Amino acid sequence: MSIDSVFVHKMWNDNELSKMVKGGVPFPMLSDAGGKVGSVYGIYDEDAGVETRGRFIIDPDGIVQGFEVLTPPVGRNVNESLRQIQAFQLVRKSKGTEATPSGWRPGKMTLKPGPDLVGRVWEVWKTEMAFD
Amino acid sequence: MPDEIKAGCARPTGGPVGESKKETPYQEESITKETAAMIKVGRKAPDFTAPAYFQGKFINIQLSEYLGKWVVLCFYPGDFTFV
Repeated sequence: MSIDSVFVHKMWNDNELSKMVKGGVPFPMLSDAGGKVGSVYGIYDEDAGVETRGRFIIDPDGIVQGFEVLTPPVGRNVNESLRQIQAFQLVRKSKGTEATPSGWRPGKMTLKPGPDLVGRVWEVWKTEMAFD
Repeated sequence: MPDEIKAGCARPTGGPVGESKKETPYQEESITKETAAMIKVGRKAPDFTAPAYFQGKFINIQLSEYLGKWVVLCFYPGDFTFV
């Protein structure tokens, strides 16, 4: 979503993005003239008249599970967004009985918070597991 | 499901759904605005409608039509802006 019109979206998709992604952009490119939606989401820069790089993960109940906002010159990390979605999906599937520690990615161990785990995370989770 | 929009000369626009803006005295406006702009994790994502370009068509999107699915909502500064 940006402040551009749907007509500009079409031109950008047809003339540039479709040369990067076969078949063009696979999701709707939304138009937010005047930054009305961006203002509600707190990412519209009124001075510049454009939206900043806000990214919101919304679950099937319409609840915001996470967001990230960057200034324009720095691009996002799509892999990190995917990792977060996978983590939120795992937590949801476990009905909150599991949690994903720092550095978790699919296949890595999860934590099962409860009285037995208090003060004993150091036994099952090592600092190196936060990196890689 | 999303309605298709006829491409006319007027630029189609959308906006937040529900909660119409109340008239507030000028001084309070900035405070009200900032409060409204607070998004919190664990809270409902504000619903909105927006025109969109999708696979050769102009359509209308409403966020609440995606209930039951995971949604990634991305904002960016503008088309053709490099990053």
